[in-house]
Amino acid sequence: MSGNSKLNIRRRNLLQGGLVLGASQIASPFIMTARAEDTIKIGWDNPLTGTYAAPGKNELIGAKLALEEINAKGGIAGRKVEIIVEDSTSGDAGTAVQKARKLIDKDKVNFLIGNVNSALAIAMAQVSNEKGILHIVPGGHSDTMTGATCHWNVFRVCNTTQMEANAIAPTLIKTYGKKWYYITPDYAFGHALQSGMEKACTALGGTKIGGDLTPLGTTDFSSYLIKAQSANPDVIIFLVQGDDMVNALKQAVQFGLDKKVHLAGAQQELENLKGLPPEARVGNWVMEWYFDQPNVPHVADFNAKVVKASGYVPTSRTWFGYVGIWTCALAAAGAKSIDAAKMAKALQDFHLPPEIALCPDGAFYRAGQNQLISNLYVGKARVKGVKGPDDLFEVTSVVKGADVAGTLEESGCKMTWPA
Amino acid sequence: MNNSLKQPANIVVWVVLLTMPYWMGFVGGYTELATRILVMALGAMALNFLLGFTGVLSFGHAAFFGLGAYGAAMTIKYIAPSSMLALFIGVLVGAIAGALIGALIVKRRGVYFAMTTIAFGQVFYFIAFRWNTVTGGDDGLNGWHREPINLGFTQLDIYHNPMLFYYFVLVIFAVSVGIMALLLNSPFGRTLLAIRENERRARFLGIEIERHIWMSFMVSCVFMALAGGLYALLNNFTDPRALRFDLSGNFVIMAVMGGMRSFWGPLVGAAIFVALQDVVSSHTENWMSVIGVVFVLVVLFFPRGILGLTRKANNS
Amino acid sequence: MQLILFDVFNGLITGAFYALMALGLSLILNLSGVINFAHGGFLALGAYLSYTIMPYTGFFGALLVAPVLTAMFGLVIERFLIRPLYGRDPLYSLLLTFGLAYIFEDGSRYIWGAQSVPYQVPAYLSSPLSTEFFFLTGYRVFMVVLVALAVGALFYVLTYTRLGMRIRAGTRDLETVSTLGVNVRILRNLNFGLGIYMAGLAGALAAGLLGLQPTIGTSLLMPSFVAIIVGGLGSLPGTLLGGLLIGVASGLTTVILPSASEAIMYVMMGLVLLIRPRGLMGEEGRVH
Repeated sequence: MSGNSKLNIRRRNLLQGGLVLGASQIASPFIMTARAEDTIKIGWDNPLTGTYAAPGKNELIGAKLALEEINAKGGIAGRKVEIIVEDSTSGDAGTAVQKARKLIDKDKVNFLIGNVNSALAIAMAQVSNEKGILHIVPGGHSDTMTGATCHWNVFRVCNTTQMEANAIAPTLIKTYGKKWYYITPDYAFGHALQSGMEKACTALGGTKIGGDLTPLGTTDFSSYLIKAQSANPDVIIFLVQGDDMVNALKQAVQFGLDKKVHLAGAQQELENLKGLPPEARVGNWVMEWYFDQPNVPHVADFNAKVVKASGYVPTSRTWFGYVGIWTCALAAAGAKSIDAAKMAKALQDFHLPPEIALCPDGAFYRAGQNQLISNLYVGKARVKGVKGPDDLFEVTSVVKGADVAGTLEESGCKMTWPA
Repeated sequence: MNNSLKQPANIVVWVVLLTMPYWMGFVGGYTELATRILVMALGAMALNFLLGFTGVLSFGHAAFFGLGAYGAAMTIKYIAPSSMLALFIGVLVGAIAGALIGALIVKRRGVYFAMTTIAFGQVFYFIAFRWNTVTGGDDGLNGWHREPINLGFTQLDIYHNPMLFYYFVLVIFAVSVGIMALLLNSPFGRTLLAIRENERRARFLGIEIERHIWMSFMVSCVFMALAGGLYALLNNFTDPRALRFDLSGNFVIMAVMGGMRSFWGPLVGAAIFVALQDVVSSHTENWMSVIGVVFVLVVLFFPRGILGLTRKANNS
Repeated sequence: MQLILFDVFNGLITGAFYALMALGLSLILNLSGVINFAHGGFLALGAYLSYTIMPYTGFFGALLVAPVLTAMFGLVIERFLIRPLYGRDPLYSLLLTFGLAYIFEDGSRYIWGAQSVPYQVPAYLSSPLSTEFFFLTGYRVFMVVLVALAVGALFYVLTYTRLGMRIRAGTRDLETVSTLGVNVRILRNLNFGLGIYMAGLAGALAAGLLGLQPTIGTSLLMPSFVAIIVGGLGSLPGTLLGGLLIGVASGLTTVILPSASEAIMYVMMGLVLLIRPRGLMGEEGRVH
């Protein structure tokens, strides 16, 4: 009896439920009207929370700077530009995809930007391709994005893992030895990076004497480190990223490994080095952009603007975000249109102007693959900053992207254009 | 029994749901948001079958949601490009897991039941997260999409037409909700309510408590897995977050916020929660705090939920 | 061989962490029936507080003070948010702490940033003790000793002090304790603080080994739940045993099959539930 009555739905309950439902959604149109109708909209779908929040936020700092500059120069096609920011979260592809659809369907954005996490970037690319929107990936490294699963509308700013591997391998072989042991994160990105490193290593006469696939999110690396040490390699290659990198290096140094074996890896980020205690800032790495480039024009100016806006020097992430937004404006200017297909065509083999490229040999989007080819910075981490507290990396050589990018055929990209 | 009042209420719900894609745009929404609300509402109602109508708290139900999602996604990717088969397999996988886990834990009650479900839920999360070669690991399972449905005489292109997909989900939602309502109004459902109200008394009356809880758990898992399968079809993608404990917590708060003692409560809760998350996370990167505060406020001030609130007013 | 020896030792360290977390959770669960989902958040808070005061107090000072500050914060949370929920369906306290966990994570990100912060332990602790046993770093040994001391102190308090006896009695029969004139509200409050102290200590210690960022507690929370279930609900020695056991088990699994190092805990839990539903040291009357 008492139970059954609970199943009855009274009308008032429902009406009130409906009202709440309505009220919770009325909140949004008010934002809609706040947005001027004739602006060009760039949809930003990138992490602000979770594991990749730090790189995601730095990319946004760069993006906002680019936005200011573009608007100061008259916007895109004479229209003001705005960025609509959504938090994609760091790992929830469902959310990232939903936000991408929201940006495209509801906000009617002209461009889509994202994502730090390659998995989310690939999932978003599926949506942007379906809807035919120009999509820039500032910082997701997985090779397939401009390789096997490339799309005509998807352009990537950061490097492929293979490029990073090719950039650092010669230095490591020459300086530290040929026997390598890998500590690799157990997911697509890690596998790709390791196979890239192995390829580069073998080509130069080196060998892999062992390796471990560590689960993503590993907190305790000690077992792997001990195993690595007992294999007696010349170099231990750390391919883990983000928090895993911080944990692994912190523990490696506590075991005194840095005094016995050489520690190195491929991709390193200033964000990670800043999070490490000084004694754990060791090893040789590749940075995809570095702020300390006194001989490259415009870099000092860019650094000053970023410091003014955020209080910190730009990282490679800041530069990715900056280039990402500028690419939108340059594509529209090049195509004299905001039609996605025309803009994508205009970006084929498009060279960024030096004040955007900010690297010694310039940067361009390689045709047929939509991959930005710029410089890579090989060097080592240092304990204490020289030019300011954040100058934690010493660049020993600057590698030309074109030299390490491989051929277009090797990338595996077979681009199909819409009819 | 206010059967006279029940009909108008139901009509309002169905009219709102039937017309949702048409007015969603005017209140700042979009079709996919409407579909998402339906899917989450189905999940919350499935959970509430156990929580609200049997009085058993599972805090690990995302596991079954995620199993449904992976079952559906893997079917399309590896077995056959059929949306219906995908849903069927997803439900099957969820049901089997539910049966096994249910059998292991039905003897527990209260917090201890909740805690065990949380821990078991994580098992599936780690399987999905770690077993890269099959599940795609943290990268998720992509490279597939929902397939149009062939009815013989015509084809429903739910892939390219989001509106059509909404109505496809709505039909499945309606059938599922109908079955749950029938079950709750059957002798089986009354037994569950008896268990909820007073387990000891029910036991004295000779009711096999464990078996009934197990069956209720199963029903709940089946519809949860169905919701999960639909969620995978909605995103054309699935990843381990679909079975993590945060999502379990979200389903519970949807049910509680809407009113877990009323049939449509979880629907209202899901609509508010999903819409709120969508709106808030577009406005502030601190949306987690907002969601957290919503949890706290609901618990402290609206423990009976929105529909529960009005019921109290009506009764007095 | 040395490798296996190391992995057992290493498992014990991890296990000690799980146990420290789980004991705090267990204390709160047993007396108040609250599953504290925000425990990982308190852990992060302990770690961040320790990081923040370290420049003023030094490493050991921070280790002493930060957990106490965390516990005080815990007392306030208990008083104003959790106390109103006693006597209501445990669902509500679970949801509340779940919401708190969201706020904690977001709050730490807001205050200390998304990026990990450099948490430094003294140089003499962060190096191996000897070249032969290079895997015994000073910090790891220090941690184990400290955890052992903390657990010893906890059991001493519970066994020999008046507060401890009341907590234990309250765990068995709160009503009787209350009729005997014990102020149950204060008892629960202090007990909650004690549990949070353990979380804060675990955090301050963990940050020396792991990167300190807002989600540092999340990965330690689930194993602690498992430790409680395996050890037996309601039994603190059981929780301790459970924590150490799953620590060693996952340590050893790392050698053989790294990707199963988490799954092994849940396999153990499933086996325990199947063979001995009340857990290894759970009491007969408290099967629940």
